[in-house]
Amino acid sequence: MKTRNYFLTFGCVITALMIAFILLGYFWTPCDPMKMDGSVRESAPTLAHLMGTDKFGRDILSRVMKGAGATFFVAFGTVLIGTAVGTLVGALTGYFGGWLDEVLMRFNDALTAFPGFLLALVLVSVLGPGRRHLLLALGIVFIPSYARIVRTEFERARSQNYVKSAQLMGASTARILFVHILPNIWPVLLSAITIGFNNAVLAEAAMSYLGIGVSPDEASLGYMLSDSQAYLATTPWYALGAGLVIVLLILGVGLIGEGLQRKDL
Amino acid sequence: MNKTRTLSLLLCLLMLLSLLAGCKGQQPAQPESPSAEPTPAAPATPTTDPGRRETNEITVGISQDLDSSLDPHTMVAAGTKELLFNVFEGLVKPTPDGDLAPAVAEEWTLSDDLTTYTFRLREGVKFHNGSEVTMDDVLYSLTRCRDEGYVAALKDSVIEGEGSTLTITLPSANNEFLANLTCAIIPADYADQATAPVGTGPFKFVSRAVQQSIVLERFDDYWGDKAYLDRVTYIIYENPEALAMALKGGAVDLYAHLSTATVSQLGDDFSILEGTMNLVQAVYLNHTVKPLDDVRVRQALCYALDRQQIFDLTADGKGWPVGSSMYPAFRKYYDESLNDLYPCDTEKAKALLAEAGYPDGFELTITVPSNYSPHVDAGQIAAEQFRAIGVKVTVQPVEWATWVSDVYQGRNFEATVCGFDASTMTARAMLERFTTGHSKNFIGFSDPDYDAAFAEALAAKDDAAQVAAYRKMERILAEKAANVYIQDLVDFVALRRGLTGYRFYPIYVMDMSTVRYE
Amino acid sequence: MRYTAKKIGTLLLTMVLVSVFVFLAFSLLSGDAATRLLGTEATPERLAALREELGLDKPLIVRYADWLAALLRGDMGISYQYRLPVAQLVSERLRPTLTLTAMAFALIVLLSIPIGVVTAKYAGGWLDRVVTVVGQLLMSVPPFFTGILFTYLFGLVLRLFVPGSFPAAEAGGLRFLGYLFFPALAIALPRVAMTVRLLRGCILDEAQKDYVRTSMARGRSRGDILYRHVLKNTLVPLVTFLALTVAELAAGGVIIEQVFSIPGLGRLLISAISNRDAPVVQAVVTLVAFWVVLCNLAGDLLGRRIDPRLRGGEGGDE
Repeated sequence: MKTRNYFLTFGCVITALMIAFILLGYFWTPCDPMKMDGSVRESAPTLAHLMGTDKFGRDILSRVMKGAGATFFVAFGTVLIGTAVGTLVGALTGYFGGWLDEVLMRFNDALTAFPGFLLALVLVSVLGPGRRHLLLALGIVFIPSYARIVRTEFERARSQNYVKSAQLMGASTARILFVHILPNIWPVLLSAITIGFNNAVLAEAAMSYLGIGVSPDEASLGYMLSDSQAYLATTPWYALGAGLVIVLLILGVGLIGEGLQRKDL
Repeated sequence: MNKTRTLSLLLCLLMLLSLLAGCKGQQPAQPESPSAEPTPAAPATPTTDPGRRETNEITVGISQDLDSSLDPHTMVAAGTKELLFNVFEGLVKPTPDGDLAPAVAEEWTLSDDLTTYTFRLREGVKFHNGSEVTMDDVLYSLTRCRDEGYVAALKDSVIEGEGSTLTITLPSANNEFLANLTCAIIPADYADQATAPVGTGPFKFVSRAVQQSIVLERFDDYWGDKAYLDRVTYIIYENPEALAMALKGGAVDLYAHLSTATVSQLGDDFSILEGTMNLVQAVYLNHTVKPLDDVRVRQALCYALDRQQIFDLTADGKGWPVGSSMYPAFRKYYDESLNDLYPCDTEKAKALLAEAGYPDGFELTITVPSNYSPHVDAGQIAAEQFRAIGVKVTVQPVEWATWVSDVYQGRNFEATVCGFDASTMTARAMLERFTTGHSKNFIGFSDPDYDAAFAEALAAKDDAAQVAAYRKMERILAEKAANVYIQDLVDFVALRRGLTGYRFYPIYVMDMSTVRYE
Repeated sequence: MRYTAKKIGTLLLTMVLVSVFVFLAFSLLSGDAATRLLGTEATPERLAALREELGLDKPLIVRYADWLAALLRGDMGISYQYRLPVAQLVSERLRPTLTLTAMAFALIVLLSIPIGVVTAKYAGGWLDRVVTVVGQLLMSVPPFFTGILFTYLFGLVLRLFVPGSFPAAEAGGLRFLGYLFFPALAIALPRVAMTVRLLRGCILDEAQKDYVRTSMARGRSRGDILYRHVLKNTLVPLVTFLALTVAELAAGGVIIEQVFSIPGLGRLLISAISNRDAPVVQAVVTLVAFWVVLCNLAGDLLGRRIDPRLRGGEGGDE
């Protein structure tokens, strides 16, 4: 099929563009994202302000660039924590089973059934506000979903022949887990990572939309979206700017995930 | 796929599901509309605007639900006081001019030693439940306020009543005491005050749906000028976006404390009135932490502040500058000259910082209560202005509950933007809190001259001397740069065209009794 | 039967864990209901009196035990903030949330199944491509952004509904449903796309798999495999996924309720958290958690009913 290449190509192009956008924002923005200017409040897009300005006359494009970077940072970190810890927990519980599995899975169930934003709110309130803490909080919230996926795969792998033969050959457990099984479940994990990344972007945006763990000062996509709602009738482009960046971030990675999966077929 | 069939199937299924969801009072399903489209542009409340005009009622938007208990003596939220102002009255009630007018009491005298207040109760004042106000009710209300500590000024007072004459004897002279007697007169031995409040005000309480609405109706047996409107429905809009939509959509007729953003979106349907919020918004500074214990640092922050920019960015240039803990509506006490004590001057601010030993600035966290957007906004702008003199500022929003417990009670903060209003119409209510060791002195301000001036104000024999003492206190707060004073916020009230009679008060109330259709 | 009993046992265990979590989590938040209620007017005496009245002076474990005991008697307690029975508050808020969830679920099922089957049938064709691309796009838009866009487009420009003015209870059921249509659509859209993708993938997957593996291993006739297994095997993941979706819809409605200001469970939870109204938070979280585990259990059991092979697999553990 021709389509499958397009997915990967488009995904990579969009993601590359987004990363370039974020990297650019890290070093340079068209305006100072914090600079307030009373003379251009809530202005429509102009040459000086390509996405217009917000209620304090701050340049939306510059803030979106910074905000995208923050979102990416949180999402990336969340996936990193979620995957690392989740894989470890999932691998151990899935492979060994038994009471440890039972306990961890009950714990997982409870975490899954628990509203994520309450957990994040509590964690942020205990750890203190700030992006790093939000990252940590979301990372913890994301562990169960990875653990569950990895556990299922390891449980399945346990009874398969290549694992049994490795056991017979006397390979160490660590070796079986991470050298024999892990590469085999890599495709599943990879798609879980792409989906997880997108969920993390969504979660970060949702948290900052609800105002959890963000400072109104720093640019944040979710906070900008919630801020923009009050100005929807007069300045709809405010919402569009921030929203579009979230969409593109998710779309790029989503397409990559889709492309990779289709290749496997 | 057959689109119409899917849609009608969908609709049937939805109806079934909503029935299952415990939908009571469901009207018979109307099958003539086989589309899943909602009914177009219908206003949400049961009545439309002309409908409300016909029935002489209005819908008022409010931003927060009221206190759990509507008991007037225990209520604490400003929003509750604001609304229940229409339901309850004390012996006296505040007027828009800042005076006290007779209410349940018809007249009063004050003894020469300023300790004994004698009142004559008004005849024929009725509670909303129909019974007449008796001396028993008055005594019950006042002793309850005294014994339960609801009105601190009544502490150790002697309250006696005979016939229609009430005397209150205070342990020490207090010529500002009258302002405390706005506390509500409620029926004795009525147990449901918390859920079904009964008072003597121009409106009576009808119903409340938690987090949704409160309904008041005109009290036809009111002793004074009766209200114009038959019915007032308060609807809670917790997010300003929803409110903006509701105003524009026609669901709300009156809303006080509008943000500029919302004001700018309202078209010709509304007239916008401008008043003051009657509070002192400032960057309150914790005097017990370094380097804010140094007056030069605090003054530097004051010089760094550009009030006009805050006005420009948050309220289209509108706002009432304040230079101390007193807002303009207190005409007698407000000292305008203090506003210019620290004109915006970055160089001077930097010099002061250097002099205090912080040439490269310092780190400062400004905590803001996240549910009060004016304070969050002002905090952001002030932060940006402080950064200009080298102070590295972090703005940290916290939930209100956290603010109260950590900042206000725990005093665990560096700086915070919030607003303080006067609980009674006295200068004392604004200034006493900053005396050394006062339980509400959360900034830890301590100044012997200030305490002395307060003692002077309490002991003052005549009004002029008292005013002078209070003004002195204000000046000390300003000169010591106790806080970085910003403003009394401009209060925008949106009133639907065709409505008139809204009046501003120097305290935080919303009087509906004079609002009427033209 | 034994499996079901075991599942119900773990369900109860999960519920207990969740409720313990809520208690622990909530006690970690700074500020309690008493400070929130009294605000800046608080004096130490009034704070102490109120804490005693609300029972906040008791240790956490006692409070938990009291709460659990009351819950088992069917009593969810009294809200600190509103002094009303929590059961009453919750039941008032349940209606919009349940209706929203039901509407969204109906939209998902009604839209995704036909689209999924059709795209699988014509896999590789233009329709498939369009659906896949649109689906990817839909999956990329956060529901609350969709909500904001809908508010702008359908609310402010086309004026199909008045944003922010949720119909009062006495307003007709139709208007109630009308207001909920757009929020429901906003949360349904990305899930429709996901379901279509899953369904299409499963059908294609199974159709290919059957020829190479299953038929050889089991030695059954091809027609049987093709029709029975392809259908049945796609049903299992579909049912599980839909059960999960229903579970997530309940939790995911929180933000959309905020965007459209729908007075549902989600907004009750958010305001209860910021008001430190512990009884309400405990009740809502426990209820939502119950809903989530129940949906998971239902998906699980339904899956086993449809595909007997799963029974054997799980039984081997014991």
